[in-house]
Amino acid sequence: MLRFAAARLLASLPVLVLVSLVSFSVMHLIPGDPASVIAGPAATNQEIEQIRRSLGLDRPFLEQMAAWYWNVLQGDLGRSILLGTSVWQALVDRLPVTGSLAVLALVMTVAIGVPAGVLAALRANSAVDAAVTGFALLGVSVPSFWLALMLIVLFSVILEWLPTGGYVPLSASPVDWFRSLLMPSVSLALLQIGLLARITRATMLEVLRQDYVRTARAKGLPRAMVIGKHALKNVMVPVITVIGISFGLLLSGSIVIETVYSLPGIGRLVATSIFGRDYPVIQGTLLLTATMLVLLNLVVDLLYAAIDPRVRYGR
Amino acid sequence: MAADAAVATLGPPRRLPTLRRLFRHRLFLVGLVLFGAMAVLALGADLIAPLAPERMQFRARFRPPGEGFLLGTDNFGRDILSRLVFGARLSLAIGFAVVLATGLAGTVIGLVAGYFRRLDEPLMRAMDALMAFPAVMLALAIAAALGPSAVNAVIALSVVYIPRTARIVRASVLVVREMEYVQAALAFGGRHLWILRRHVLPNSLAPLIVQLTFIFAYAVLAESILSFLGVGPPPPTPTWGNMIAEGKDYIREAWWIALWPGLAICLTVLGLNLLGDGLRDVLDPRLKVQQG
Repeated sequence: MLRFAAARLLASLPVLVLVSLVSFSVMHLIPGDPASVIAGPAATNQEIEQIRRSLGLDRPFLEQMAAWYWNVLQGDLGRSILLGTSVWQALVDRLPVTGSLAVLALVMTVAIGVPAGVLAALRANSAVDAAVTGFALLGVSVPSFWLALMLIVLFSVILEWLPTGGYVPLSASPVDWFRSLLMPSVSLALLQIGLLARITRATMLEVLRQDYVRTARAKGLPRAMVIGKHALKNVMVPVITVIGISFGLLLSGSIVIETVYSLPGIGRLVATSIFGRDYPVIQGTLLLTATMLVLLNLVVDLLYAAIDPRVRYGR
Repeated sequence: MAADAAVATLGPPRRLPTLRRLFRHRLFLVGLVLFGAMAVLALGADLIAPLAPERMQFRARFRPPGEGFLLGTDNFGRDILSRLVFGARLSLAIGFAVVLATGLAGTVIGLVAGYFRRLDEPLMRAMDALMAFPAVMLALAIAAALGPSAVNAVIALSVVYIPRTARIVRASVLVVREMEYVQAALAFGGRHLWILRRHVLPNSLAPLIVQLTFIFAYAVLAESILSFLGVGPPPPTPTWGNMIAEGKDYIREAWWIALWPGLAICLTVLGLNLLGDGLRDVLDPRLKVQQG
């Protein structure tokens, strides 16, 4: 197991190097003079020069790159142009909002997606199955930001049950915290619920056809026991996969969802940075999220290996 | 068009059964109707649109659906139906361009990586690195850097989705390469390029086409996000994302501005997902997510 872990860690190093290279290069995709684009059309020459110097754009490309890597290795992601604070600080300040949102969405995903998928598989080709499959298909087809707007129309404008936006910290009022995050997390979770329900259903159908399930049934175990003990264990694998994929989807989704609901989280930060051409923030967020996702994939692989010994000895 | 190519490579004996099986797949047909309807709206936009999509009538602002404007008017008094069908044209054109670009680039990268072992590691690690980013986040960063335009949206989305096609092609090349007929062709002194084109490529097509259908769906969704956040084709160009972004500010008084373009996205993406599921079931049963 330890050897497997070490090998996997080693294999992800070149990916991390390339990830950092892409994150660094994004600012240099700007055609023409990046400094004047970042400063905006209303900027004076002096302001442009100042931005050029502070971002190091006046130095040779390789020197800029060396300086950026040197800083990143020391944990310094640069300073935000719009906010004036360090990128690291800006991200840490907004983590509780996006964290709350992600956790709520993930809880909903697993709590609804897994039972729905299992139920659909157990009653394959029934009305229940059709409903779950249809709902799952809808979940992967509806744009989350549009769903978010329509939920506002229904629950905030017409029914006046929930606030249209804004964030209440958990420490201030748990009830209002939940109310402020309910619609955003539903909008975010729908896609994942659809994905998870589809994959759970497919895996469950596969598992139910396996010989060991037939053997378990044949030796007289009650159906509930067979499903609970043998089948569900195997369904854990896709659940972990989807949770692994989910973090990337949640981060992407939070960009639009936090914008629609005016939640001061990392997604909103990314949206305003992209709109305001705040490249240090964009670069830092790209680097950080991609690194996190690479490491998360590593953890998911190791979990597979822990759950299913075949993974360790295969290949 | 892409489907025809795949069917043709399967050769005459299987041509009919494949098509017939596709047309017996009920959900595939539903997808075909949904997507086909959108394609007709997009192609016939000039004929269907009652007014020019950018024509403003200030006396007719915020008209609800009905009353002379079938889907209502927006904050500038523009006819939403007209903007919707022209939006369909642009959104589908961008999606299709992404499909072409990812199909071509992914095929080349996948073929080279799968066939020439020495290039496999570097190419695939580069693809892994691109896949490591949250897709929409990377597309937003690239599109923002290049500047808001339809072409740049296509470039940004293609960069994000090329790794998916490259991986699929590479995976099938790895299988095909070991087949006896490829070994035989090599033994006969067949040149690499010829073997790639004649033997390896046709056998990788089925999974690629399935994947491209899903990429079409992702691209339509992702483009609407780029437009919504202001890094797609700039307003007043009608794209579905732009229309929803404009409707967002008037959601309390005029919900219909944002409603219709969102429904159009839903139906298009749903149609493409159904097409993809159907194609996968028929063309590439190995990948089949069991239909029960």
